[in-house]
Amino acid sequence: MTVDTVGRFERALEGLDVELERVSAADATERIETIVEEPAVGAPLPFEGVSLPDDVTTGPTTAELEAARTGVTPVGFAIAEYGTVAIESTADGAEPISLYPDRHVAVVAESDVVPDLSAGFTRLADGFDAGRESVVFATGRSATADMGDLVHGVHGPGTVRVIVLEDR
Amino acid sequence: MAQRTRSQQADRIRHLLETEGDAIHAQTSASNARRGDVYDVTDDLEALRTDARAIKEDAIDDLPELIETVREAVEANGGTVYVADDAADANAYVADVVEQNGSTDAADEPSVVKSKSMTTEEIDLNDALEADGIDVTETDLGEWVLQVADDTPSHIVGPAMHLSRAEIADLFNERFDPDEPFETAEELTRFARDHLGEIITDADVGITGANFVVADSGTITLVTNEGNARKCAVTPDTHVAIAGVEKLIPTLSDLEPFVDLIAKSATGQPISQYVTMLTPPTDSPTLEFDSPDEPITAGGGGGAAGPIGDPDREFHLVLLDNGRMDMREDDQLRETLYCIRCGACSNSCANFQSVGGHGFGGETYSGGIATGWEAGVHGQDSAAEFNDLCTGCTNCVDACPVKIDIPWINTVVRDRVNRSDEPEAYDFLVDGLTPDAESGGLDPGKRFFGNIGTVAKAASATAPVSNWLADAGPVRAALERTLGIDRRRDLPTFRRESLVDWFEKRGGFAASSRRAAQADSRDDGADVDREVVCYPDVYTNYVDTERGKAAVRALEALGVPVRVPDLPESGRAALSQGMIATADRQASRVYAALAEDLDAGRDVVVIEPSDLAAMHREYERLLPESSYERLREGSYEICEYVYGLLENGADPSALSTGDGAEPVAYHSHCQQRTLDLEAQTVAVLERCGYAPVTSDAECCGMAGSFGYKREYYELSMDVGERLAGQLEGADTVVASGTSCGDQLETLLERDVPHPIELLAPGRYRA
Ligand code: SF4
Repeated sequence: MTVDTVGRFERALEGLDVELERVSAADATERIETIVEEPAVGAPLPFEGVSLPDDVTTGPTTAELEAARTGVTPVGFAIAEYGTVAIESTADGAEPISLYPDRHVAVVAESDVVPDLSAGFTRLADGFDAGRESVVFATGRSATADMGDLVHGVHGPGTVRVIVLEDR
Repeated sequence: MAQRTRSQQADRIRHLLETEGDAIHAQTSASNARRGDVYDVTDDLEALRTDARAIKEDAIDDLPELIETVREAVEANGGTVYVADDAADANAYVADVVEQNGSTDAADEPSVVKSKSMTTEEIDLNDALEADGIDVTETDLGEWVLQVADDTPSHIVGPAMHLSRAEIADLFNERFDPDEPFETAEELTRFARDHLGEIITDADVGITGANFVVADSGTITLVTNEGNARKCAVTPDTHVAIAGVEKLIPTLSDLEPFVDLIAKSATGQPISQYVTMLTPPTDSPTLEFDSPDEPITAGGGGGAAGPIGDPDREFHLVLLDNGRMDMREDDQLRETLYCIRCGACSNSCANFQSVGGHGFGGETYSGGIATGWEAGVHGQDSAAEFNDLCTGCTNCVDACPVKIDIPWINTVVRDRVNRSDEPEAYDFLVDGLTPDAESGGLDPGKRFFGNIGTVAKAASATAPVSNWLADAGPVRAALERTLGIDRRRDLPTFRRESLVDWFEKRGGFAASSRRAAQADSRDDGADVDREVVCYPDVYTNYVDTERGKAAVRALEALGVPVRVPDLPESGRAALSQGMIATADRQASRVYAALAEDLDAGRDVVVIEPSDLAAMHREYERLLPESSYERLREGSYEICEYVYGLLENGADPSALSTGDGAEPVAYHSHCQQRTLDLEAQTVAVLERCGYAPVTSDAECCGMAGSFGYKREYYELSMDVGERLAGQLEGADTVVASGTSCGDQLETLLERDVPHPIELLAPGRYRA
């Protein structure tokens, strides 16, 4: 079931030009390191045994946030149906870190990929009950057609990469 | 009321067709097609729409309680709720908040960054803030282009869609004078990103709208593709969200159908890029870009935050009334408050696709639902100016995610506008010709078209003299002057012998029964024991009698005896002119005239789709429920009925059949499509050995009286040409509606019969 769900998630992301990678927790740090473009900033990853690569700055200054090319954040859960990742507004800055740099690397545990929007709303409601009441459903890349043609990366990231931690 | 004259209005529409038409058409039709596609593949679409509507109905019902609920929730989070009575009240409050949060250096103007919000357009917030010395910058790219161009939005969702890339490039090159002139959308977007990015990081206050507000948690939902709403909401320490009171929904779970629907209906995307659910003040750290070396998480140290959010954050929710609480009390306008501002109604509208919101708009809102919004928030005068551009085609009815009956709102407002007009000089003249149930002061053109049945009867009785007269130059000039009928438009040719007279002359019901019985005895398959009352609508009875005769012959050939009694007008014409009292009276008369037939189990068959639509849609508002249900269940469109007969075993060979390969281009009819009756005609044509191809253009551009009007002639032709272009290749072209047929005959310069004329025995020959 979960495998199918991740497959569905992957296909939805493909349609949005977002690459998905499945990695084990043990390999995650290394994989993230190859994906980030420096300078990079990040919000700490709450997955046991997974840490951010050394050259990803956590707790960045505003200058570092502005200069960063990549932002790495965990996401609370993902919705396979639409290729959506749910970014929570946490005190460690996941929201601005996922928004300001041109490249967003989202890390999600396989067990947190839910099949559809309804299941996503169930997760959202659980989060609300636990006091996590500010969440962004981010689907694909920032886009606009206001300048006469579709262009990505306008106010938000122009590239998004998703890492699914397979053994979580 | 500063109403434009007919020729001013005609000039303005011609100008918009030339300047903005192409860009608007490209964008709206693409969005509309994507919406259609994504609706088609959404399995539970109907359930979602039904849910969404039900949630809105309940929320508007409970609005006063929801306002109290959200006040408690936001205050518990540490924010403030302000309910503003009107624009001035809201603007003053926001200006106050901005001044208190501006830089302490008196030389610095306080600065605001805004994310797109129609509600702030409605109250002219930018002007009000700027008058107070506050710097305001729009951050949605489309909205910002308009700000730079000092232009107004032409669409709820794509405010600058009337401008082409080249026009935007010219504007930016002139205004910002870059080293290398901008050319591509990429270059323009990159420039906008950098330019606006700096302004956002420097701003004192971020202002957003809110697509939905969850009352019990105080959660603001923002739906965008660009990400600018997120930046405006979280970058400055102070966030002001401004929303109409109608945006409140009770709980988080009520949000789900809207999140699922809004992007689908707006742009045809499965979901928007960013659906931000923000319960401010949030835990996200504030960003002090003027202290670049401070860690953004200073103090928090990256640890988990408490429940109250970052203490430096300030949040204000401004809930705007501005007429909405009165709309809630108004049985006809209340539905407008269910609107989620997706713009689908505009995109699906053929007239909007040609002229866009600047032709089809009020002070703020534009397109289909704008009539309701403008009448509610700015008053009837603002709605009156463009309300006439709605032809009542009902394309928008299937597009609206909350199932608002937009054409009905247009009809109601038209009716109210009619009643508030100054009495006109020609009243006595037209009143004498056309008695109706409307009070004085009605525009003579409206009165004329609203009573077209009486006109047609008189014209038929005096045909062919009336036809010659109507075609004579001086008469056309007078018709144009007094009634606004464009002289370039062919007028209908009235028949001396009406369908009802023809039917009586050939022996009436007795003869029809004999013919049907003969057909029955020849045909050994079907045994359909039905009787039909064929409804002689005004055009079928007096103008296009051939399609009526064809219907009678086809039914008889399939073994069904027919009656063609002289029946009252359906009220369709009156409805188109917003003459609800007249339509109401006519609906009652139609029902009274048909009650006995319905009781006797006879089927009512209607040829003109717009008359059937009156019975199936608008009569719900005009008749007692059981009468409405009875008539609706007992009445059918002619080809739908033939389809039913064939399904029940009638033999298609009794009709004029093709060889299976003959292509027939078929244009259904807007209202017929909304009633889901296009497929039956297509199926009948196939069963009878034709190879039908259908048009997907939204509308023929005619819609009854609309295309006759002088101010709309060019628009009507523009819309019609899109349809004609799709059909012209076929040898045979058929159309279900009279006005569609007329329009196509003019544009294609050949006969365009009703499908039943092709199918009736003794087949139609072009
Ligand atoms: S009336 Fe319906 S279709 Fe039109 S903008 Fe409102 S919600 Fe969308």
